[in-house]
Formats: sequence, C-alpha cells, structure tokens
Amino acid sequence: MTVRKSDREPFIHLTKRAPISTLAGLLIRAGAFVVAVLFCAIIVWIMIGVDPLTFLKTMFTGSLGIQRLGNASDFNSFWRIFTSSYFWTTVKTGCKLLLLAVALAPAFKMKFWNIGAEGQFLAGAISAAYIMFNYPNLQPYILLPLMLGVSLISGAIWGIIPALFKAKWGTNETLFTLMMNYIVMKVVDFFFNKWRGPKSALGIINGDSEAGWIRSIWKGGEAAWYKNEDLIFIITVIIIAVLMYYYLRLTKHGYEIAVVGDSQNTAKYAGISVKKVIIRSMALSGALCGLCGFLCVTSQSHTVNSNLASGYGFTAIIVAWLSKFNTFTMIGVSMLIVALENGSALMSNTYNDLGYSIAFGKIIVGVMLLFVIGCEFFINYKVVFRSRKAQKEAVEA
Amino acid sequence: MILYWIQKAIAFAAFIALAAMGELLTEKSGGLNLGTPGTMCVGAAAGFIAAFRYCSAVENPSFIMILLLTLLTAFAASALMGLIYSFFTVTMRINQNVVGLVLTILGCGLAEFLSIFFIKSESGNVRCDSANTVFTARIPFLSEKLGVVSDLLFGYGFMLYFTIALAIILTIVFNKSRVGLNLRAVGESPSTADAAGINVTRYKYVAACVGSGITGLAGVYCVMEFKSGAWATADLITIQAFGWLAVALVIFSFWKPLNLLWGSLIFGIFYWGYLYIPELLGVELSTDLTQMLPYIITIVVLIIVSFRKKKENLGPASLGVTYFREER
Repeated sequence: MTVRKSDREPFIHLTKRAPISTLAGLLIRAGAFVVAVLFCAIIVWIMIGVDPLTFLKTMFTGSLGIQRLGNASDFNSFWRIFTSSYFWTTVKTGCKLLLLAVALAPAFKMKFWNIGAEGQFLAGAISAAYIMFNYPNLQPYILLPLMLGVSLISGAIWGIIPALFKAKWGTNETLFTLMMNYIVMKVVDFFFNKWRGPKSALGIINGDSEAGWIRSIWKGGEAAWYKNEDLIFIITVIIIAVLMYYYLRLTKHGYEIAVVGDSQNTAKYAGISVKKVIIRSMALSGALCGLCGFLCVTSQSHTVNSNLASGYGFTAIIVAWLSKFNTFTMIGVSMLIVALENGSALMSNTYNDLGYSIAFGKIIVGVMLLFVIGCEFFINYKVVFRSRKAQKEAVEA
Repeated sequence: MILYWIQKAIAFAAFIALAAMGELLTEKSGGLNLGTPGTMCVGAAAGFIAAFRYCSAVENPSFIMILLLTLLTAFAASALMGLIYSFFTVTMRINQNVVGLVLTILGCGLAEFLSIFFIKSESGNVRCDSANTVFTARIPFLSEKLGVVSDLLFGYGFMLYFTIALAIILTIVFNKSRVGLNLRAVGESPSTADAAGINVTRYKYVAACVGSGITGLAGVYCVMEFKSGAWATADLITIQAFGWLAVALVIFSFWKPLNLLWGSLIFGIFYWGYLYIPELLGVELSTDLTQMLPYIITIVVLIIVSFRKKKENLGPASLGVTYFREER
C-alpha cells in the first residue's frame, strides 16, 4: 500500500526537547564556539592567506598571551610584566563588560529590555568626571566617595526614568532607554567640548595632581604589588558579580524579580507590587552601570568621552542573555568575548590587509555570537526526520 | 532661512523614512529587527563599494549602470542580513532582540571591514562624485522655474520621490490587497494565520528580507546624497544612530507607512534645529545640548503614545514573539 503525498508526514519537524543536563549544554556551546573559530580561521585563510595555525596562535597571543606589551626596560619584576601583558588587558577589559552584564541581570531577568546600559554608564562617568574636574582640591577620602555617590545616583536616575513610565503607563522601554543613551551622549559631548577649550581633545583630567584617581589613595607611599588601579577594579567587579548571584538566587527581592519576569499577573496575584519591583530593579541596574562608569573614569581612562563604553552596553545584553542571568557564567562569557576582540585586534595589527581597525574584531565577535546563540536551537529543540519505519507502522495501524 | 531649514529637514527625513519603512515591513510580519542599524551600514558600504569600484574601473561610467549597480548591491547585501535574521528568528526560533543586536555588531563591523578591504586608499576619505551626481540629479524643468515651490518640492534627488511612492504603495498593499491582509494576519496572530492556511514562515522570511533590503537602500541613499558621496568609516557611527532613529520612528508612526513621512519630517526639523533655533529665538544655545532635541521628542512621543492606548495605534500583536507551531 502506498502513501499519498498529502498524507505523508513532513520531511523534517521540530519538537521541544526536555531540559538537557548542564554538561551536555556546555559541550554543545563549546562545540559551537570551536566551529565558529574554525570558520573564522578558514575565512581569513581564503581572504588574506594567513594559515589557520598562525591565525589561532596570533589570536591566542593577543588575548591570553603573557608577553609584555611594548618594550620598556623598567619591567623588572614578574608582577610588572604580568600587569602589562595581553592577558591582563583582556582581564581588565573583560571586567568592564562583566560589570555591565551583571548590572543588566536584574532588569533582564524581569524581562525589562534595558538597552540603555551605555547611557547609564555614561551618566555615572560624566558625573564622576564633573566632580573630579571641578573640585580637584578636595582630600581623596572626601573626593572619591563623593564621586562614587554621585555616579551611583545619576546612573540610578537614568535607569529609574524609563522604569517609572514603564511601570505606570507601559511605555516601550526598549526605545526609551535607547533614546536616553543619545541624550546623555550629548551631555558628555557638551562637557567634553566645554572642558577641552581650544584644545583638540580633552586629554587626561588632573594629570598632574592625580586628584580623583584611584591611585591618589596611596599617592606618595611605598610601591607595593597590590597598589594597582586595575587590580582594585577587577576585585570590585568580581565581588559585585558574586553578590549579585546571591541577590538573584537567595533574597526575597531576587525571587520577586523572577516572578515578575515570568508572569506579571502571577506576581500581582501573589501580592507583589509589580511597579515597585520594576522601579527598584531598574534603580539597582542603573546604579551598577553608573558604578562601572565611575570605576572606568577613576581607574582606567582618567578622562571621559561619549565613546567611553565602546559599545559594551549593547554587548552586555547579549552576555546577560547567553548566561541565562547566571553571574558566574557571565564571568566566562564576557572574558571570552573580550579575548576574541583582543585576539583579533592583534591579528589586524599584524596583518595590514585586515586594516588596522576594530572592525575585524567586531566581525569575529559577531560570527562567534551567531554560532553560539544558534546552538541554543539544538539545546531547546529536537529535529525529527521522517522515518520510513514509523510511516509504515502508522499506515498499517 | 526657514525655507533652508525645511529643505534640509526633508532631505534628512527622506532616508530615515525609507529605513523605517523597511523596518515597518518586517514588524508587520511580527519580527522586531533590532539589526536595522547594522543592516543600514552594510547596505551603505556595499552600495558605495560597488559604485566606487565601477567608477574607478571604467573610463566613462554610465549613469544608468551606476544607479543599477549601487541600488542592486545595496539591496542584495542587506537582504542577506535579513535572511540571516529570519533564519535565526523564524527557523531556529531564537530571541529576536538578541539576534538583532548581534546583527548590529556584525553589520557595523562588516561595513567598516569591507570598505577598508575593497577600497584601498591612503587617506580615510574616499569620494565617488559621479554617483553623487546621479543621486542628486534634479527634475529638469520643475526644479528651476517655479521659484519657492521648486526649491521646496523639487529640489531633491529621485530617492525622495521613490520614498514617497513606496509609502503609498505599502499603504495600498497593507490595506487593500490579499498579500497585505495575510501579512497583517501573520503579524497579529501567527497561529490563526497558520490555521487559515497561510504559509507563516514564507511571509516572515520575505517580509524580513525585503524590509532589510529597503533599509539597506536607505543606507546607501544616506551616503550618496546626505554625505554627498563621500565615504569615511567614522560616518558609520552616525549611520548607526540614524538606524536606531528609524526603529523609533516606526513606533512614532503607529505602524502606518504614510505617517512615517511626516513623522520623519518632524525628526528632520528637530535634527537640524541646532543650526536654526538659536538664531530664530535670538539666544545662545549650546550646539551639543540642542542636538538632543530629536531624542527628547522621540521620548515624549513614546510617552504620549503609551498614554492613549488605542487598539489601532498599537503594533502587531505578535511583535517580538517567536512562533512555534507545536506550542500551546
């Protein structure tokens, strides 16, 4: 007996898969990552003729190598060499991305699409820089806490404004937060142009007095390995990541965020004030972005411009989503992304054909992310092909 | 002066409206494509590279060929971005916002990289003057002889009229044709459309690809006319910001193509406000702070839209939601 064409099952169909084990999930994602890197290697091979092995080696050196950057001769101790290596650069830049992703976690967990991390970051950065620029004569132990407080508050305000409207009237938060980015960018441009005066760029703020820099805390004292601005930055970020993990997992607030994210009606029924949760979480989210801005100004850049966040506000969204809001996973994901960026930066500096720009890095990161988010499909769904045997059984029965 | 202001605003409005129309088409099928900025950059780069390579390869470049090459390459390259978007969101059912953001990163990188790779030049600035001539060509009689009317209505390249025509065509297609009805059905409730025998997947794919293609045309339009045919990789940041404005404009317009035209005009007027408002009011205003205006206006409109929750002013019901047939 033959089966009519219209009676046949479709050739491929999809079914939802039961949740798979953590290990299997990790293996699938790792596989996707390896495939992505090989894919990039082959594309580079075809385009500019750099063989995959050299590609991988350069990528590795540029991201995780402990070769020192530059050739200064005063690198006398291991620690000085280490803190000027490619590896160290990756870690400290990765921490910037990590802090933004951690900051976004509470917002995204309650399904609030906060595209405004960039703006909240800049709000924190510009207010820190404002205090730093205008009150350089204050004592460090007054100046720095003042800057910190102002940054936290302005970041939080920048997060609360869209949250208020979302909570009260359901205003579309995706575009609201996005537009807030551009507004604060213009504010930064305004101060940038005002402060630089006739100069072509602002340069480093308080370069002579180092007022408002993290290192002003130990200025004049003896040198020691722990007196390192980057180290303080990294440790702060890691502590916040760990605290956020427990905040989301173990506290009442974290639980409320999860319920609001899953179903606002359930939350209302359970007596959770949805408005309060939205506003509170966005204040937290914004304040942490502001903190990242503060840390960036005081410990890394020592200056401010509208591109200070270098697009990490957007990348952080992807990091947060990929990590399923688990801040420990975020550590790995953000380091990986920054490692790829730095690796490809070395690639494009070594091989002129790739054109001395961050564009190549963006492509590598983009392709890698596409592969990794693509493999979510294989984690969530099962592809079932039409089988002859099942067909026959169905017909006979 | 006000005349200049309006002229500039119209020239600005035209390509923002075009980009937003592409995004609107995608959103009608239920796909929120946040990759619009990236798509616009890719379209701009592809179109410009095609025109530039052609102009430098041929002795006497023909205008028709420039036009065809530029527009087709831009459309094809950005439609490819749309294809990637729909493959990931429709076939693989991955979160639309995440895929869109990744495509923005990828698209901006690709645009910059391709332009560096294919246009070898010592200085950062590259020009393609003959393409600029084509895109800024005016209608011969109408643009000269009618005084103020010519300046206001006919002092622009052909893409403006293309944009207006497209808005009208899209309105007719959405409201009067079966294809449009089906498309709206897919955007409102994919499961109902599926049950009615509409091929949901195909509609979503075609809408996203054509929509992205149109967005890409807006990108190349921006480079050829707004940036007067000059290419600088630094401009990609501006184009990216325009892409986000286009996404916002779709909400601004209540998902109606004709509203895009005047909506983008308001954007245009406020975008150039920093040049004219201080003079009109006779006060000193900081350029940077006045440049905030279009973004503040967008926020105000967003808030007003959310105040008056009329059914017909809301977007497609399934916007941003991934459709999986076997899900209950």
